[in-house]
Amino acid sequence: VSAPMSHSARDVAASRAYAPHTSMFLRMLVRAAVLRRGRAASALFAMVVAAAVATAMLNLYVDVQAKLRREFRNYGANIIVVGKDGSSLSTDALTHVDSVLAGRGAAAPFALIVARTGDGQPIVVAGTDFERVRQLDRWWSVSNWPSAPQQALIGVRALPSVSPKNQAFDLSFQGKTLHVNPAGMVQTGAAEDSRIYISLADFVSWTGVQPSTIEVAASGPPEEVAGIMNQLTQAIPAADIRAVRQIMEGEARVLGKTRATLLAAAALIILTAALCVLSTLMGWVFDRRRDFAIMKALGASGRLLNGFFAAEAAVLGATGALIGFLVGIGIAAWIGRVNFHAPVMPRLSVLPVVLAGSMAVTLLSAILPISLLRRVQPAVILRGE
Amino acid sequence: MFVRLVYESFRRQKRRKLLAGAAITLGVTVATAMIAVATDIGDKINRELRTIGANLVVTPQEDSLDLEIGGVNLKPPTDGAFLSEAELPKIKGIFWHNNITGFAPMLPVNVALEKAGSAREVTLLGTYFAKRLSFGKDEFTTGVRSTHPWWKVSGRWPDDSSRNVLLGERLASRLGEKSGDELTLSGRRLRVSGILSTGGAEDDEVVAPLALAQEILGRPGAVRRVYVSALTKPEDAFARRDPKSLSGAIYDRWYCTPYPQAIAFQLAEAIPHSNAGQIRQVSQNEGAVLTRIEGLIFLITLAALFASALAVSAAMATTIFERRAEVGLMKALGAGKLAVASIFFAEAALLALIGGLTGFFVGGLLAHQIGHSIFSSDISIPLVLLPVILAIAVIVTFAGSAAAIRRAVGLDPVFALRGEL
Repeated sequence: VSAPMSHSARDVAASRAYAPHTSMFLRMLVRAAVLRRGRAASALFAMVVAAAVATAMLNLYVDVQAKLRREFRNYGANIIVVGKDGSSLSTDALTHVDSVLAGRGAAAPFALIVARTGDGQPIVVAGTDFERVRQLDRWWSVSNWPSAPQQALIGVRALPSVSPKNQAFDLSFQGKTLHVNPAGMVQTGAAEDSRIYISLADFVSWTGVQPSTIEVAASGPPEEVAGIMNQLTQAIPAADIRAVRQIMEGEARVLGKTRATLLAAAALIILTAALCVLSTLMGWVFDRRRDFAIMKALGASGRLLNGFFAAEAAVLGATGALIGFLVGIGIAAWIGRVNFHAPVMPRLSVLPVVLAGSMAVTLLSAILPISLLRRVQPAVILRGE
Repeated sequence: MFVRLVYESFRRQKRRKLLAGAAITLGVTVATAMIAVATDIGDKINRELRTIGANLVVTPQEDSLDLEIGGVNLKPPTDGAFLSEAELPKIKGIFWHNNITGFAPMLPVNVALEKAGSAREVTLLGTYFAKRLSFGKDEFTTGVRSTHPWWKVSGRWPDDSSRNVLLGERLASRLGEKSGDELTLSGRRLRVSGILSTGGAEDDEVVAPLALAQEILGRPGAVRRVYVSALTKPEDAFARRDPKSLSGAIYDRWYCTPYPQAIAFQLAEAIPHSNAGQIRQVSQNEGAVLTRIEGLIFLITLAALFASALAVSAAMATTIFERRAEVGLMKALGAGKLAVASIFFAEAALLALIGGLTGFFVGGLLAHQIGHSIFSSDISIPLVLLPVILAIAVIVTFAGSAAAIRRAVGLDPVFALRGEL
């Protein structure tokens, strides 16, 4: 009796070996998920949350430097262009600076002389381009920017001595007199408070002195700023190009520390999320030990079982990672809008990392319980022991 | 019986309890560490931002206008008013003295630099390098080495009581001098102890101890201005109100908040005949950067709390789900829903307390580590937070177990015992 039985069993096994069992394989994958919707959904949910959190953190980590750099550009110039030994810059220096910058920052020219007020008091008068200064030096607290020719912006400390009642006054320089109307007051807490600012056109026609300084706020990472400095040195050989170390070093320090904190936080959060997935999925797989035992009792090979659970884990990991990626981009964009008032750009380069990480975690959480179960006889599991 | 059931469950199911406990510990660890980092990050970044330079400046009240172009002082050096050096330690006596990270007095003097028979006029800046001062019982060290950390010296920093000077980088290369050389400044032979590089106007100047500058100027104890580096709170609409217009409790609140305005106000109070103001380039932007970083870390802490809550719930749900047979047995022996649920909740609470306690201390250690490796200063979590963290741990564990417990107590004992669910 046993010979024909084993013969037929061998037949079945042989036919199974060559038959395409992909269809059955797929059906089992789908049915397993559909029949235990609740647990499958909770495993998928954990995966989505983990992937979303990982995506958001990685996206923020990549983008936060660019975002904070923009904040640091509000500190004003990080490069200063000055004529060698205090000489004036050539008239086309500003054009050169603009063409080197090509939109990667702002620049403003400054020309300075010591003039005398009506009662003979010396005072520093500066000529500049008000539109550019507004872009560059956002911390200036200005009551009203000059808009017409012969209007002046007066430093808060200079105001009481030159124009206490906000009246028009005269400035003289080398025998030439300029009549100016006060437009507003500027307060910065630094040297600007003792100065008078007039438009560059008024300044040049009055004194004939060209700007001696161009302040440049170049945006971008340190290498790019260094590149801009090199280009400026080549474009304007008659000038000294100086880095404002104070700003650059402070910026580098703060950005570095913030990024390191973010990295530590990201590592902690991703670890927690991964463990959450691991425990949920392991519980799910462990719960299905009866399925596992029945399949094994029906003659499924170890490799097939591994393959089945691995495929299931891979599908779950990939689906969860994709949905989570989209959700995570949403979270990152939201944080960007709420905190930095600018969206965090979605980085596609994060996707492969998240995908690979998700698959690794899900595979691990499927393989671990399976390798435990494989040591147990199916009969023991089926008897509920 | 109840106590015995719970006790035996912990004794016999060590593996499962360990897993759930580990999940809770990890969750609480991450939450504690992130809360500690988030509450301290403002202070830490504030200190880092101080590397950009002083944010407040104290000037004499009756001062004449500055005449300075490109760092060259054109004002007659004896012109205008001075502050008194003897008053400076009072800066450490103001209400927010703990927020003052340092200050540096400045006294620019024009001197004649004689070299090979010809003389040229240069600016000599008198200041503190790392001067030891005391206010009351308080001893502290202050000067440009702490307020101007971007100043780099090749050679040695001069001692504050010495007659050695620093020579600005550009001036040194024009003169062809190097550290160790001697200079003749207004008839005095002074040794150059180092070459100073700042990227600013000081590169064309000579920087000397304050006492030396006062001696050259002939005004002992005189200081032209004082740069103060203070940890401040980003200013808001309330900060910008005029203290004179405030009254009573509102004034006290304004005075006792470390706004740049309030600290400047207190500095002007402490030093007679002085004005104090913010250096807007530094103080204004500082607020913006600080707000952004704090906001970012706050949002990330929320994400961390969410992730750890989820991890705890997931672990609890799994452990309870695995014990259906036990539930079936208890119910078959006549236990009510309430009795079964209370056993599970008691176990959850016990786990949460143990895990929470362990997690709190591990999290504190982790925060300490993060503080040391990133900011090289301590981040500590106050013990006051322990009950809060424990309460959160218990609530999250309960919330995570609730759904699983409800399903477990609703089981039909027959099916549960046959293992058919």
